[in-house]
Amino acid sequence: MKYTPTIGIECHVQLCTKTKLFSEVDNDARGKEPNSCVSPVDYAMPGMLPRLNGEAIKFAIRAGRAMNCEINAYSRFDRKHYFYPDSPKGYQISQFYHPIIGAGYVELPSSTKVRIEHAHLEGDAGKLTHFDTYSLVDLNRVDTPLIEIVSMPDIHSSKDVHDYCKELWRLMCYAGVTYGDLYNGNMRFDVNVSVAPEGSSESGTRAEVKNLNSFRSAERAAEYEIKRQTKLLEKGEKVVQETRGWNDATGVTTGQRSKEEAKDYRYMPEPDIPPIHLSSEFIDEESAKLPLMPADYRKLFDGVIKSDILEVLLDYPQLMNSLRELSTREDGFLGDGSLAPVVTGLAPSSSVVTSGSPSKASSLVLLISNLFASVLLAEEKSAEYLNDLPTAAELNELAEMNIKKELSSTATKEVFLRLFDPQMKGRGAKQIAKELGLIQENDLGALEKIVDAVLAKPETQKAQADFKAGEEKVIGFLVGQVMKESKGKANPSAVQDILRKKLA
Amino acid sequence: MKIANKKVTAERLVKDALAKAKHFEDYHIFTFIDEEGALERAREIDKRIAAGEKVGRLAGVPYALKDNFLSPRGETTASAHILEGFTAPVTATAVKRLEDEGAIMIGRTNLDAFAHGSSTENSYFGPTLNSHDRERVAGGSSGGSAVAVALDIVEFATGTDTGGSIRQPASFNGIYGLKPTYGTVSRYGVVAMASSTDCIGFFTKTPDDMDLLMSVAAGRDPKDMTTLPDYYNEDDSQTDLSSTSLTRSRLYGARSLRTASEPSGTRSRKDCLRIGIIKEFDNESVHPEIRRALKEKCELLKKKGHEIVELEMPALKYGLAAYYILVPAEVASNLSRHDGVRYGFRSEKAVDMDSMYGETRSEGFMPENKRRIMIGNFVLSSGFYDAYFLKAAKARTLIVEEYAKAFEKCDFILTPVSPNPAFKLGEKVNDPVAMYLEDVMSVSLNLAGVPGLAIPAGETPEGISLGLQLVGPRRSDKALLEFAKELE
Repeated sequence: MKYTPTIGIECHVQLCTKTKLFSEVDNDARGKEPNSCVSPVDYAMPGMLPRLNGEAIKFAIRAGRAMNCEINAYSRFDRKHYFYPDSPKGYQISQFYHPIIGAGYVELPSSTKVRIEHAHLEGDAGKLTHFDTYSLVDLNRVDTPLIEIVSMPDIHSSKDVHDYCKELWRLMCYAGVTYGDLYNGNMRFDVNVSVAPEGSSESGTRAEVKNLNSFRSAERAAEYEIKRQTKLLEKGEKVVQETRGWNDATGVTTGQRSKEEAKDYRYMPEPDIPPIHLSSEFIDEESAKLPLMPADYRKLFDGVIKSDILEVLLDYPQLMNSLRELSTREDGFLGDGSLAPVVTGLAPSSSVVTSGSPSKASSLVLLISNLFASVLLAEEKSAEYLNDLPTAAELNELAEMNIKKELSSTATKEVFLRLFDPQMKGRGAKQIAKELGLIQENDLGALEKIVDAVLAKPETQKAQADFKAGEEKVIGFLVGQVMKESKGKANPSAVQDILRKKLA
Repeated sequence: MKIANKKVTAERLVKDALAKAKHFEDYHIFTFIDEEGALERAREIDKRIAAGEKVGRLAGVPYALKDNFLSPRGETTASAHILEGFTAPVTATAVKRLEDEGAIMIGRTNLDAFAHGSSTENSYFGPTLNSHDRERVAGGSSGGSAVAVALDIVEFATGTDTGGSIRQPASFNGIYGLKPTYGTVSRYGVVAMASSTDCIGFFTKTPDDMDLLMSVAAGRDPKDMTTLPDYYNEDDSQTDLSSTSLTRSRLYGARSLRTASEPSGTRSRKDCLRIGIIKEFDNESVHPEIRRALKEKCELLKKKGHEIVELEMPALKYGLAAYYILVPAEVASNLSRHDGVRYGFRSEKAVDMDSMYGETRSEGFMPENKRRIMIGNFVLSSGFYDAYFLKAAKARTLIVEEYAKAFEKCDFILTPVSPNPAFKLGEKVNDPVAMYLEDVMSVSLNLAGVPGLAIPAGETPEGISLGLQLVGPRRSDKALLEFAKELE
């Protein structure tokens, strides 16, 4: 019998608001001492009351709209009770009954739509570090705003688990609501997996794998669960409804808590925070602040940038914005694809030239996207480049020099790489090219003089004779000699033209 | 209220208060007395007065602080063992506003631990005695504050009222006690009992003193999202009652003032109000002396030209049950933070995490605290939420509507505060249900969020204080205080 997996995902996103969800304390505790970003409200001193951060509401609106979700005009907070030292109040302030974000959907690159059930705002918990006989509590993370995004069980493969998690990450980064630093737990995924015989109308018993902090581990955990549950069903055994943990090193999930042991959170309306009423004007105003989303870029560059390359570039919202700016230039979409060979030459593994209509191809966009692809794909420097990309102006300048043939393809790449160099930061492409002596010699008069000098050299006489005798390939040797004489600054195609004329 | 000036120094006022506090030591009124600090602040104020500097509206006025208000002056205990050793690093907004006007806190007053109780017998420090009869309870939970004012130790005291904790001890001790409209005074820095019903208010000897305190303490506080805009002081310029009847009608609410059917004397028709009395609260279960006091006050009002109307408010019968579901739920939630991890008491029997929670809470809470925590957690647990919490919340809505309807028929309501006057110490403390029943007439105001003022209403032949409460629509607090003078 064949089995179909059904998967739903809950995702926690830490919001990068200036202050915490319920206090005026700095929300960015990166690199700070434990318990240094904690106010009396956060550590739950008696008599302290939450004060809702309006910025978090705005972020939630943007995050919701990024997922095509309804924003609820009425929402409210509830208390979710449990005793653990990471929860100083003894409850988490969440939205159980009336979440701020309603139904919507996320479209994956494969066009699969995953519906969003709802998403709600809540405060994060603190962090515990356990030792042999004691544990240490760090409350810096307490009440960092989170949005919990709850999907419908619309996912049916581990690959889509990966793609969905990644798309969520992108959407949140584009919406500008999170730092998106997965390594530091800015986004965490809980994957609910069940398996049922193919064609069965009822879904199987689900197990939830909690606290996955990368797309890859979410995918692997889902894969493992699908196999584990399928095996159980094949043996005629039952899947237990439970919470499971993931061990990234062994690639195995293990049972943690069964349904019977499930906590009773004793939800109660939060009496200290009045309900939130949002006007449609306010929602519209905030939604309008959303930049172009990945789906918009897919449409914009459809037939321009190959989709597999685009999917890599889409991880960098700032880069996509730069590409969009380039594409809106008058010469952004040249229409003749004349620079395609240059561009192709830079792509390390796969050709960037799209299979689509060349008339739509944008040379500038292509050029820059290829440069990035070559860096990001080949040299795997993505992580460190993420936060400090060259500006659109810098890229523009670089592209222009390339088009004007002031830079060779190799020189373009060289300058491009230097744009990331902290020591060269802010100098601009032109300045860097000058400093490195990479600007190509395009002055025909000057080039002719160099060509003449080379042709006068005794060591080129034999090659000249061979060429005249019809040996076409020696032209390369001669061009090389001229390039050497010009210290690499000559434009090789111009040199070839002059040589051909002289030796005709 | 005696305000310090060049002739009567703040130091004199404070010294007198401290001396009286010492004299009445055996009443167990205070959990902490700040003798040095109070005198020091008094001398500062005197210096400023001597230098001709501007001083606040409460300059040098000694007051007592219910021990569930946070302030760095002394430990904040809420009369509970579990807060042992807790000194607050911040000051409650209400305290700050009083002290900014020059009021001087001489000490913290006793209460039922975490304000759970109606007699101050649930205090970790032992019960406070009634100001008129040492064998009787002070009322509660703000028993210490009420007795401090009743015995003239201080000019005023702060209180919190979640289900009668200001009005009932005020009436047990023959003074004024105001539970303002919910959200009038900031709750920031006050140990929470039940967030949706907790109100900050005061004990005074006169309605005018109460008015002064309210004008200082009321108003929006960004630290408490549930505070209302400062309606109390909005119409300040128009509240001079000695002026025209137009002013009166402004004062008694935006709604046009109805005219009484039989005006008498020289009073203009517009000055006459309709006062409702609640039929359901007028029966055999109410102490005869209290019924007599209510009748007398009604006669007095009639004589002054006001009309008495009888109200049927059947929804109020759900009040006590709804209250003892909703409030314990919030209590259980608000007390979850007392876990021995970050402040206050931690049991020495704690050997691991579970026992740290269990032993600390088991030793640190009073039996009444535990009772309410258990009720609260029960009504919130899955499977019971709909049957209890949700149903009680619906009953609460009915009560809110009932009051709204009542105030279409009358301007204010006059009712007893409690069915009985101050009972004997120990009489009900071991019978929680009997104790809860004492709250039957006070809790519905908290559920509805409307203001209630306890007013003195004489004494029983044995000299036990009697009190009544005057209830108004939301935000009618100022008018309520003004009208209370008609009942003097």
